[in-house]
Amino acid sequence: MNFEKVVFGFFIVLAASLNFGFFIGAIDRAEFHQVHHLFAAIVVNLIATVLKFGDRTQIGAIHLATSLVADLELIMASLQWTYSVYVSTEGLTPSALGSVVSLSGGALLANLVSVIILIMETVSLRR
Amino acid sequence: MNGNAFFLALRRLRAPLIVLICIFSIAIVGLVLIPGVDANGKTWHMGFFHAFYIVSYTATTIGFGEIPYNFTDAQRLWITFCIYMSVVGWAYAIGKLLSVLQDRSFQQLVMEERFERRVEALAEPFYLICGYGETGQILCQSLDRLDKRFVVIDHDAKTIDELELQDFRVSSLGYRGDARLPKNLIMAGIGHRYCNGVVAITGDDSANLAVAIASRLFNEAVPAICCASSAEVAANMASFGTRHIIDPFEKFGENLALSVRSPGSFQLLEWLTSLPGTGLERHQHEPPKGLWLICGYGRFGKSVVKHLRSLNLDFIIVDPRRPFSDREYSWVRGIGTEAVTLLEAGVERAVALVAGTDDDVNNLSILVTARELNPDLFFVVLENHEANHDLFRAVGAEMTVIPSAVIAHECLGLLTSPLSSRFLDIVRQKDDCWADSLLERLASMLDSKAPFTWCICLDHGTSSLLLDEMKKTEVQLELFRYDPLCPEVQLLCVPLLIVRNGLEIELPDWEFTLLSGDEILFAGSPGVLEIQESILRMPHLLHRMIYGEVEYDSWIWKKMSALRHRLN
Repeated sequence: MNFEKVVFGFFIVLAASLNFGFFIGAIDRAEFHQVHHLFAAIVVNLIATVLKFGDRTQIGAIHLATSLVADLELIMASLQWTYSVYVSTEGLTPSALGSVVSLSGGALLANLVSVIILIMETVSLRR
Repeated sequence: MNGNAFFLALRRLRAPLIVLICIFSIAIVGLVLIPGVDANGKTWHMGFFHAFYIVSYTATTIGFGEIPYNFTDAQRLWITFCIYMSVVGWAYAIGKLLSVLQDRSFQQLVMEERFERRVEALAEPFYLICGYGETGQILCQSLDRLDKRFVVIDHDAKTIDELELQDFRVSSLGYRGDARLPKNLIMAGIGHRYCNGVVAITGDDSANLAVAIASRLFNEAVPAICCASSAEVAANMASFGTRHIIDPFEKFGENLALSVRSPGSFQLLEWLTSLPGTGLERHQHEPPKGLWLICGYGRFGKSVVKHLRSLNLDFIIVDPRRPFSDREYSWVRGIGTEAVTLLEAGVERAVALVAGTDDDVNNLSILVTARELNPDLFFVVLENHEANHDLFRAVGAEMTVIPSAVIAHECLGLLTSPLSSRFLDIVRQKDDCWADSLLERLASMLDSKAPFTWCICLDHGTSSLLLDEMKKTEVQLELFRYDPLCPEVQLLCVPLLIVRNGLEIELPDWEFTLLSGDEILFAGSPGVLEIQESILRMPHLLHRMIYGEVEYDSWIWKKMSALRHRLN
């Protein structure tokens, strides 16, 4: 067992699952979408991205690309959230929350691709 | 291959980046969790936005103070902790970044990539020079004078540094690497579409051989010029079709024979392959015919002997060992540094002496001793190392042989234009009288400066205008004789050679009628080429040079001149 692989897999799956945790629930109901989860998802996603640095293979490049997409969308989501809570006079309206959650949904898709690649890599290794 | 260095840097920076992310997130989470007190004394929890804001300016040591409300002591405690944690994190990250940047392998990678990109971006013909020793330096300086680009590859870091310090007109491209490795040669552009020639002049025969093979396999169309120090290596190179093989000693032997047979041809040869613009003097002494003493029967001595024999000159060899040959040579044992040996060899009745041992000090000593015994001798002396150049200059032999210069001259003759090497071959066949008259013509025209040689091809690429005119009328070589802006002034150039369908016409007259496809070799002063090219490029100049009158470009002037013709 390669410890590096464990860490690598752990962070990728954790990123996807935290993202999923934030995303799940009625899209416009604030009580289902905790900002702590969003924060955790961003941090873990960033770490997962850095772990993917420096792999020049084709798979490595796709890995990095998916992570970058997820980062981008999550950071956009957090900016949207910050804007509506602190800057906008209307506060966190259902539509603003909807946009935060759908952005995180996009990131979730990218994270799922990342997980699928991870599984494919492992399976092809077995053969 | 591209972006290797970038990926390597990223890979090395993974750990510090993760540490920074962790530190930031721990600090933020701490601030969010620790309860604060607002202005009214009520318990208040900081949001992620504020926490991120505070950590950002605290971690980067900017420090805006306590917002939005004054901190509680618990928060201050946490912030203190955060400050130290983040400073350690930054220090670690920056330290790591600097160490990556200073890493030798990283720097090598960055350098390689830069070099590769610059070679890739070359958009004009260039030569690949393998080996930047004495020969390489002379060659590069000359190529630079001729406004030709080159890429240098050498295994010695010091010489490459020197290359960068040299005052070249265009920025030089040099790479420190082993020319034996195909990877390096590819990187230096051996397969580049603008690579015009490969020159292998490393001091090492096996490296030259490797370059010869590589150039043959990677880019067959490109001529390879390789230096070989022995007949076996030369034969090996020839076996796979290396276009030009230079053995400096053999070359010098040939030149010596030429200078005995036809001193003028030799002088002409030297002029045509010198650095353009350098001052030239005519040789005061010409190698005499008579008895020659040859001190040192090494590679140099053998070549000299071979060529003297072809001229049926008498010679005596002075060497510590009996010359090993199928023929009996007259031989005297000794080095030649002592008067006894030289006297025994008959220095008093000799006309010339060749000091060609592989030791510079011995060569000088032979020369000085012999000069005392017979001041009228003609001296040929071999200079093995450039470092001793001043000594050889001071001793003032009639002919000083510097192998690196011999190679550089030869390369230059081959590289400047394919026609010039054909012309040099013709010069080698000619007699003294022919050469002297051409020398006289060149010397008076160029003020005894080395001429610049260039080639004009009458093909569709550069001279399509002229080809169109040729269909209408006969065009003579005289077209290139005068300055189009003031037609009474002759341009400073001499047509040396015209090649038509593989046939060589040497020293053509100005009245020579040109045909499409001719290639003309000129020698003259450097600015002339531009003037001649402008004749080929500009329709009104061309018209004027052919018909002796101005053709007008604009409609109204055309009408006016037609009217004038009719009135006349």
